[in-house]
Amino acid sequence: MLCRGVLSKLLSAQSGPAPVCELLGKGFQLAARSNGRARLSQTGCPALHLKGSIQDDLRGSDANTPMKGNTDGNWKDVDLRPLYMDVQATTPMDPRVLDAMLPYLVNYYGNPHSRTHAYGWESEKAMEKAREQVASLIGADPREIIFTSGATESNNMAIKGVARFYKSKKNHIITTQTEHKCVLDSCRSLEAEGFHVTYLPVDRHGLIDLKTLKNSLRPDTSLVSVMMVNNEIGVKQPISEIGHLCSSQKIFLHTDAAQAVGKIPVNVNEMKIDLMSISGHKIYGPKGVGAVYVQRRPRVRLEALQSGGGQERGMRSGTVPTPLVVGFGAACEIAKQEMEYDHRRISLLADRLINKIMNEIPDVVMNGDPEHHYPGCVNLSFAYVEGESLLMALKDVALSSGSACTSASLEPSYVLRAIGTDEDLAHSSIRFGIGRFTTEEEVDYTVEKCIQQVKRLREMSPLWEMVQDGVDLKSIKWTQH
Amino acid sequence: MASSSRAHVLSLYRTMLRESKKFSSYNYRWLFVSFSRTYAIRRIRDAFKENKNVCNFQDIQTLLNRAEENLEIIQRQVTIGHLYSTQKLVIEHQEK
Repeated sequence: MLCRGVLSKLLSAQSGPAPVCELLGKGFQLAARSNGRARLSQTGCPALHLKGSIQDDLRGSDANTPMKGNTDGNWKDVDLRPLYMDVQATTPMDPRVLDAMLPYLVNYYGNPHSRTHAYGWESEKAMEKAREQVASLIGADPREIIFTSGATESNNMAIKGVARFYKSKKNHIITTQTEHKCVLDSCRSLEAEGFHVTYLPVDRHGLIDLKTLKNSLRPDTSLVSVMMVNNEIGVKQPISEIGHLCSSQKIFLHTDAAQAVGKIPVNVNEMKIDLMSISGHKIYGPKGVGAVYVQRRPRVRLEALQSGGGQERGMRSGTVPTPLVVGFGAACEIAKQEMEYDHRRISLLADRLINKIMNEIPDVVMNGDPEHHYPGCVNLSFAYVEGESLLMALKDVALSSGSACTSASLEPSYVLRAIGTDEDLAHSSIRFGIGRFTTEEEVDYTVEKCIQQVKRLREMSPLWEMVQDGVDLKSIKWTQH
Repeated sequence: MASSSRAHVLSLYRTMLRESKKFSSYNYRWLFVSFSRTYAIRRIRDAFKENKNVCNFQDIQTLLNRAEENLEIIQRQVTIGHLYSTQKLVIEHQEK
């Protein structure tokens, strides 16, 4: 058995370095979990990180031990990968993006800021082409695009940068309760610096009320930051209306469009957006790259967060990573080309998923506004089923209950709380992400497994039994321990 | 002109489909070519269908050039995909 090989290897390895310890832990975990029928699958197996003999040994035993269906014929669990249905967390790279990047990872390695030789010039040319591709997707001028490491940095730059630059005259910022953590945390840190921040509430559909926003605007408001598409519930805020309202009062509007750009049409001029954050890895591009759009006319000024060589017009010092930026640019160009096609398909698949689940299981609630909604993000609450248990049961499908950043905690999502979802329903939510590469088969498989597991979990649930007997759960007085 | 003849377009179409079937990643394969008979809509097929009635010589030439470029990309990415292939997805055993 493979397990024995690993263990003997481990026992012979004295005072193991870190990877061996890791393997040791993993080996024991596996052995413990399946009562001596331990099998190592390649996913999650640290063997890939090991060097030398252990890895060879693992590979060797791999080849000698046919793993498919050796004991119980259930080869599904052994070495197959789960489906990917979490495209809000990140997307796979489009092969066309990787193809554009590769030359810059291999032969064209010049520093795009080197002005004295051809290596620099060719990289600079590629960088500027990428800047044009990004700008053209959002209807901006290439000079308004500042490359960053991703949407988190862009959000930090835009919010802190603008707030600090205009601090002497204006020190009030408005944002919403359902923003991404990095926006909320940037605002928190500004509060510590003495700024006033208004966190606008949202209605039960997740939309902000324009009247409330209008009433919150003050003469000393420097910035309004509202995300375009919510990452957890997919709600589209009325950015265009907010933009017109803000520009009429000469207040800057920042929008976190990481989940929107490339998926829905965005035009910064028509929507009157002054600052916008974009991320590469949400639009089938590489991780570690993004951009912030900073309007030139009327000019928005911001204080740089990083000091250094003054790249990106002094707003973001640090060498621009040419391969990533080239990939990001290619991703934007493809997104522009494919937006309509993708949107059509994603809508079809989302409808298919929602209808099938809703028809088969009662008491399923869809979170977020059904109309102002990006179809690729489907957030469902399965009443009387605990979300984490359902995620565990659906181990064949990579899903999440909300943002990847907070997926380690068992707290219910603050976004769902903000839209007034009951505590129990907030605990039972799952986000299904549908993207360019999702197929009908994947949706059908997910739906089938989901229905099966929800039914199974409900059958085990005493709460579900009580509801079937007509007991109103809200009337129950739980004893405190 | 011979290069934009019917035979050339069809052969390009078939080559693209054939090469795309070689992607080791299930989802990439699906983007470019559908295996399922029920939902016979996928990117290459759709693109050729969409542009079936294009008559302008210049446009045809542009489209053909783009298709040739895409074919090269597909061939290169298929090779790379095979170098770093992973296990199959849970639903792939259903695929014929």
